[in-house]
Amino acid sequence: MKEADQPQGKKKKKVIKHRVAMPEQDPEVRIRNFDEVPLGYTPEQAQAEARRCLQCKKPKCIDGCPVAVDIPGFVDLVAEGKFVEAARRIKQTNCLPAICGRVCPQETQCEAQCILGKKHDPAAIGRLERFAADYEREQGLVELPPKAPPTGKKVAVVGSGPAGLTVAGDLILLGHDVTIFEAFHKPGGVLMYGIPEFRLPKRIVEEEVDYLRRLGVRIELNQVIGKSITLDELFDEEGFDAVFIGVGAGLPRFMNVPGENLGGVYSASEYLTRANLMKAFAFPDYDTPIVCGRHVCVIGGGNVAMDAARTARRLGAEEVTILYRRSRQEMPARAEEIHHAEEEGIVFRLLCSPIEYTGDERGMVRQVRCQQMELGPPDESGRRRPVPIPGATFTLDTDLVIVAIGSGANPLLTQQAPGIKLNRWGYIAADQRGRTSRRAVWAGGDIVTGSATVILAMGAGKTAARDIHHYLSNPDAPWVEEPSAQEVASSET
Amino acid sequence: MARILAKSELAPKIHEIVVEAPRIARKALPGHFVVVMPDEHGERIPLTIADFDRHQGTITLVMMVVGASTLKLSRLEVGQSFYALIGPLGKPSEVEAAGTVVMVAGGVGAAPVYPIARAFYELGDRVITIQGARSRELLFWTDRLAAVSHRHIITTDDGSFGRKGLVTDPLREVLEEDRDKAIGCVYAIGPAVMMKFCARTTEPFGVKTVVSLNSIMVDGTGMCGGCRVDVGGQTLFTCVDGPEFDGHRVDWDLLISRQNIYHEQEACSLEKYLQQFQGEHAT
Ligand SMILES: Cc1cc2nc3c(=O)[nH]c(=O)nc-3n(C[C@H](O)[C@H](O)[C@H](O)COP(=O)(O)OP(=O)(O)OC[C@H]3O[C@@H](n4cnc5c(N)ncnc54)[C@H](O)[C@@H]3O)c2cc1C
Ligand code: FES
Repeated sequence: MKEADQPQGKKKKKVIKHRVAMPEQDPEVRIRNFDEVPLGYTPEQAQAEARRCLQCKKPKCIDGCPVAVDIPGFVDLVAEGKFVEAARRIKQTNCLPAICGRVCPQETQCEAQCILGKKHDPAAIGRLERFAADYEREQGLVELPPKAPPTGKKVAVVGSGPAGLTVAGDLILLGHDVTIFEAFHKPGGVLMYGIPEFRLPKRIVEEEVDYLRRLGVRIELNQVIGKSITLDELFDEEGFDAVFIGVGAGLPRFMNVPGENLGGVYSASEYLTRANLMKAFAFPDYDTPIVCGRHVCVIGGGNVAMDAARTARRLGAEEVTILYRRSRQEMPARAEEIHHAEEEGIVFRLLCSPIEYTGDERGMVRQVRCQQMELGPPDESGRRRPVPIPGATFTLDTDLVIVAIGSGANPLLTQQAPGIKLNRWGYIAADQRGRTSRRAVWAGGDIVTGSATVILAMGAGKTAARDIHHYLSNPDAPWVEEPSAQEVASSET
Repeated sequence: MARILAKSELAPKIHEIVVEAPRIARKALPGHFVVVMPDEHGERIPLTIADFDRHQGTITLVMMVVGASTLKLSRLEVGQSFYALIGPLGKPSEVEAAGTVVMVAGGVGAAPVYPIARAFYELGDRVITIQGARSRELLFWTDRLAAVSHRHIITTDDGSFGRKGLVTDPLREVLEEDRDKAIGCVYAIGPAVMMKFCARTTEPFGVKTVVSLNSIMVDGTGMCGGCRVDVGGQTLFTCVDGPEFDGHRVDWDLLISRQNIYHEQEACSLEKYLQQFQGEHAT
């Protein structure tokens, strides 16, 4: 046994193989409501689960966490029943634990590194994170941390997704004057308009935003930067000293197959925005309508596809089919989401891709023709590339199609900001510190990496916030770092 | 902000609303639109900016009541505010000297046509405006349009005012009379069917024809694709690539069918709202 595998403490801890099960809403019930599916641990359950942790001397789980939460530390506090302290320990590095505990892909991050997981269930780190954060909030024990004295510097944050919220939260504590500009009428980014209520209750996002407001962050809604105000104007007219761009990956992708513009064919972002942000699930109490299909097809195999499929199910679909062009192994969605979707009766048709939609006389989609695929040699992503099987097609009846094949960079802001260099996919080019090619402008989150995760967006926000603070303290330092000797050497070889 | 400073009913179901919106007014150009939400439960409705006053910091919107959200919008009183007002969105009109321009305004389209006509007029172009409505009572802003036009032709479907007939009749005549090819471009703004037939009318004359499409939208910033249209075989987004497009290249049948996706739901939500409204006012 290597040292890291050795549990801490004198006497060897008894290994408990299975994690404490999380109570969940029954699938038959939950497909008729939009309430959260996993119900959360009770304090007793949380303590029992926390006690499974081996408290490794050299914990690997922390390496698996993009923001390096002190996992053994907070888990130990939960085990001791010090729930509020546990929440505060997490918040030292992760300001949105109630959200991350729910939506982070722990199975490929912290929990993938857990030593227990080698033979048994890994410690349920995500569930414990959620528990601690919920406990602190529900008991009304969230405290406002002390703020540094005002620096007199003004920072604009464009976009209120997890990247922007993190930047704002960190910089306000350092004494800067922070304003978030958000294009939509509600703050939160994908947390608000993309991820459905049954996976992330909007009340939680609202409370996190409210917390920032109480700290003194100003939030200007309905402001599209690049349209209502340009980047130049943020500096020249509104007097900001630094700008962080966290506008997400807000450009829906379509496949450009015939019939894709028929009524009843949505991009996932339109479908989910209507359902979540505009609350079309409560139509006609809310005015925004949505097509409620009976035979729904969702194209894609990521979290977004699962969210769309499960939303359609709750909006009354009799049958929801996910069409994915690769096989089960390559599906990018989290294991838990696939599992929940299956429990809810979502059908998976793998190795196929739509090639044509046909509609009725009103222009509404009625059928989809699909091409069957097989797996060929691996592509640049390392996953085996799907190749069409000649002549193998099939047709499904459908009255609602949701295209969830990813998103790209929305050029609305960058078109109006010529000083900002983009990479070849149209995302903003930023260095390790989040600096763009333009002085005093940082970027982070999906607009830099392409669609990724909440925690990576937050991580990018943290890094940028640290550098913004550094810059505001020495604004005359050179903007572009001199390449280190090592970098020069490696670029020469 | 987004406070209503003045409002009036221009014609049955057609309302003019002047809103306080200094940031939008500062940037507004002819052809731009805004997205409006009457209240938290409302839809996001795109409306073309019908006028703007940079000094006063106001914009003017003209809207027709067609569903629950537009009805709610029309019922907001002076002093109240929209729940949300976002803009200016879309690409502005390309106002470049064109010699003579023909502005065709159908119904409520008179409002978005006005700032564009004014811009051409101020540029020194000769402006011929053809304004149509179903009947006399639905005509509005005739004086405003006349003030920025060298020639102003009015048609009504029922002949209750001006010429009897559709806007396409005078449009064809104007083009036929134009032997020395002075007409550089035609603008047609109004209901989709009217724009479609205007584009058909001008096509044989080979005159550039710009239309402003009224697709159903959600965000208005290119994030959802709900507003997609087919222009010359290419899928474009009305909110960011438009709203103005080459009328000869638009797939009109697709536009019209996409405008009707929610036909049934819209009727249902209007009915629900009316019942609720009557309930409240009966007591
Ligand atoms: C349906 C769905 C499910 C997902 N599920 C998960 C999951 O389970 N776990 C996980 O880790 N990740 C998940 N993700 C990915 C995750 O949500 C994103 O990676 C993350 O939200 C990116 O954060 P961000 O701050 O970069 O941008 P966003 O969250 O996209 O926020 C950007 C914000 O900027 C605003 N904005 C855009 N342009 C402008 C402008 N010009 N001016 C002003 N504001 C602007 C937008 O309106 C938006 O509010 C999911 C994504 C989707 C769509
Ligand atoms: S309205 Fe959403 S992309 Fe145009």
